[in-house]
Amino acid sequence: MKIKIKREEVAEYEVEMQNATLLEVLNEIKTKQDSTLTYSSGCRSSVCGSCSVRVNGKEVLACGYKVQNEDLVEPLRNVTVLRDLVVDMERAYSFNTKAKAWQIFQSKNISLTMEDEKRNEVQSDCILCGSCYSACPVYAVNEEFLGPFSLTRVWRYVSDAREDGVHAKIDNIQTNGVWDCTLCNECTMVCPQEISSKADIEKLRSKSAMLGFTDPNFSNFGGDFSFDGSPSF
Amino acid sequence: MRSDVLIIGAGGAGLVAAIHAHSAGAKVRILTKDYPTRSQTTMAQGGINAALGNVSEDSIEAHVQNTLKSAHGLANEESVRFMCEQAPTAVHWLDSIGVCFSRTKDAKIAQRTLGGASAPRACYAQDYTGLKILHTLYDRVLAAGIEILNERYLLNFITNKDETNKSYACGATVLNIRTGEIENYESASVIVATGGYSRIYHKHSTNAIGSTGDGIAAAIRAGARLRDMEFIQFHPTALKNSSILISESARGAGGHLLNSKGERFTNELAPRDEVARAIHNEIERGEDVFLDIRHLGEAFIDEELPQERKLAKLYENVDPIYELIPIKPVAHYTMGGIEVDKNSQTKLEGLFAVGECASHKVHGANRLGGNSLLELVVFGKQAGESAAKHAKKFDKKIDTTIQTNTTNNFITDVKQFTNQIDFYQKRKIIGNIFYDNVGISRNEMGLKAALKAIRQIQKEIPFMGPRDKSKLYNTNLVEFIEFVNMVELCEIILVCAISRNESRGAHFRADIPNENDMVYKAHTITWKENDVLYADFME
Repeated sequence: MKIKIKREEVAEYEVEMQNATLLEVLNEIKTKQDSTLTYSSGCRSSVCGSCSVRVNGKEVLACGYKVQNEDLVEPLRNVTVLRDLVVDMERAYSFNTKAKAWQIFQSKNISLTMEDEKRNEVQSDCILCGSCYSACPVYAVNEEFLGPFSLTRVWRYVSDAREDGVHAKIDNIQTNGVWDCTLCNECTMVCPQEISSKADIEKLRSKSAMLGFTDPNFSNFGGDFSFDGSPSF
Repeated sequence: MRSDVLIIGAGGAGLVAAIHAHSAGAKVRILTKDYPTRSQTTMAQGGINAALGNVSEDSIEAHVQNTLKSAHGLANEESVRFMCEQAPTAVHWLDSIGVCFSRTKDAKIAQRTLGGASAPRACYAQDYTGLKILHTLYDRVLAAGIEILNERYLLNFITNKDETNKSYACGATVLNIRTGEIENYESASVIVATGGYSRIYHKHSTNAIGSTGDGIAAAIRAGARLRDMEFIQFHPTALKNSSILISESARGAGGHLLNSKGERFTNELAPRDEVARAIHNEIERGEDVFLDIRHLGEAFIDEELPQERKLAKLYENVDPIYELIPIKPVAHYTMGGIEVDKNSQTKLEGLFAVGECASHKVHGANRLGGNSLLELVVFGKQAGESAAKHAKKFDKKIDTTIQTNTTNNFITDVKQFTNQIDFYQKRKIIGNIFYDNVGISRNEMGLKAALKAIRQIQKEIPFMGPRDKSKLYNTNLVEFIEFVNMVELCEIILVCAISRNESRGAHFRADIPNENDMVYKAHTITWKENDVLYADFME
């Protein structure tokens, strides 16, 4: 089986493996053929988020993807490549801090129901693999966009009954945040944990509207609209 | 710039320590060879123990007694009692910072039964407990603005001597993986939270590839002592081909273990050492062993064990709702580690240890499921606060010259090693030797043969080395140094295992199958003086 890996140039490797994950193939190449091949990995069970790469243009976890003949493996996009398939995640992760993706206050006397817990069960499965960040087209036009995983992580706290600082959280994601997303759904398509950041961003938009925030893209129309949205004369 | 508290390792233990050291007023810096959310803690599935009694009656006393029983006389009752008493507070703290625990119908934290527990005691978040705890801790660290330096690989601790010629820790020398430069980080206190050493078993381990015992090896080189290194837990149920963990909660929920004839052969909820041995015996008799959770039903499995279903499908090609899961026991957790006192401080002044790399005398010869996440929260707090306190009164000088030179020389030497022998091949061989000879069932002959093999490999190390000569992001170099650390620990494990002429917990000697309290109800302590390894049994 032949596999192509984007390094400085595209390199081709031949491996005799059946039904193998991409990570197993990368390990085979590194330990047997070419010890300079560089990639990240950790748990090899899809929970640490280290080994995300692109295969034939689509983001996958190397440990969760079964290799096909002639596959082309490339590093993630929207991030600086450090070497071969290893990328620098510092800037991507810094958006968690900018988005203030944490619970503002420590809660007391907690009573959470099963329904409460279900509201952010999936969002709290995020493994920070960066697949959504790589797939997001907004970065082509706005490098300061808070991005899909950070906004999902904001929703995870905003939707949590324990969070007392919802207004401040929502206020913080108005600029370069919820309104900058194009709702293209690329993030959802590549998430290995079946999280839809697009849906979470939509929920954050509704929450924003409920709290009196408006979409800045529609704020320059001068207000000459009647209640139902049609122009008034 | 110098920090008050330098933390090496950013898994659960390191992050809890960081949060509490920061709260105590210390300037904290975290170094990790990866990124925090990529650490081993993400892989903890089953839960965190606390006698909350949310599901049925439970007591702290029962938690203490279950833990002591499973530890086979090698846990310290005072330490265990401290941990179990602090457990409800620890879980409530996690709940208060936003960990998404599963809930009961009456809005309490849900709990389930794991092996060796007399009640449903493990608080859980589906089977993603470690993942959700770790990410919430990470979010807290970001909220506190604590400095994290990623992709810094620990080489050595910096030690200086005071006027009485006594050593103290005052920083660490690391390899910046990205730049290839050696960096020194000076600090009044140092906490090591680098995890365990199960990767010695290579493909026969559930662990992430980073569990190579770097911090433990660096600690013994710096003058700390290690405790009970021969005690290595084998998790009964890893996927047969990939060694990927299937949580104990699958058995806690009523999953059965079956042999090829479809017969149950053991109590599935006994402590892990007993279950692993029972499975091992079946396999030795030529049986295949399976985990059967089909009778739990799709709804239950998708609600409580979603990750297990996903992993079984992906890595073993079976859907546990309809099929049996082929399993085998593999190395999962290392009870041994850096010896610490009641303040989480090691024998080396100023060096603290916590998490799987440390020995707090709470797991003894066999850890209970659900106690490792608990340990890192309870003792993480202790280590963070102790290190902050130590830093406040620290008034000694820090001189990094000697260590810098030694470490620089080591790296220069390593890069010039001749590469006639492939260390990846040796790494794999060691994994197989350890699984066969230093695994679930051991005997004197096998252990001595393994020691001989390790001593031979030690001699060959200068003929190995990294093949990749790149300065930037050289993972071949990092993996080689990890390999050297593992070889160093292999020798220690074997010396301990050969010295302990009895069976106790996870250390099962087929040639001497009984416990011998008269001689061996004591801890195996190892240390180094001028590079020579010493071992003794102590209280």
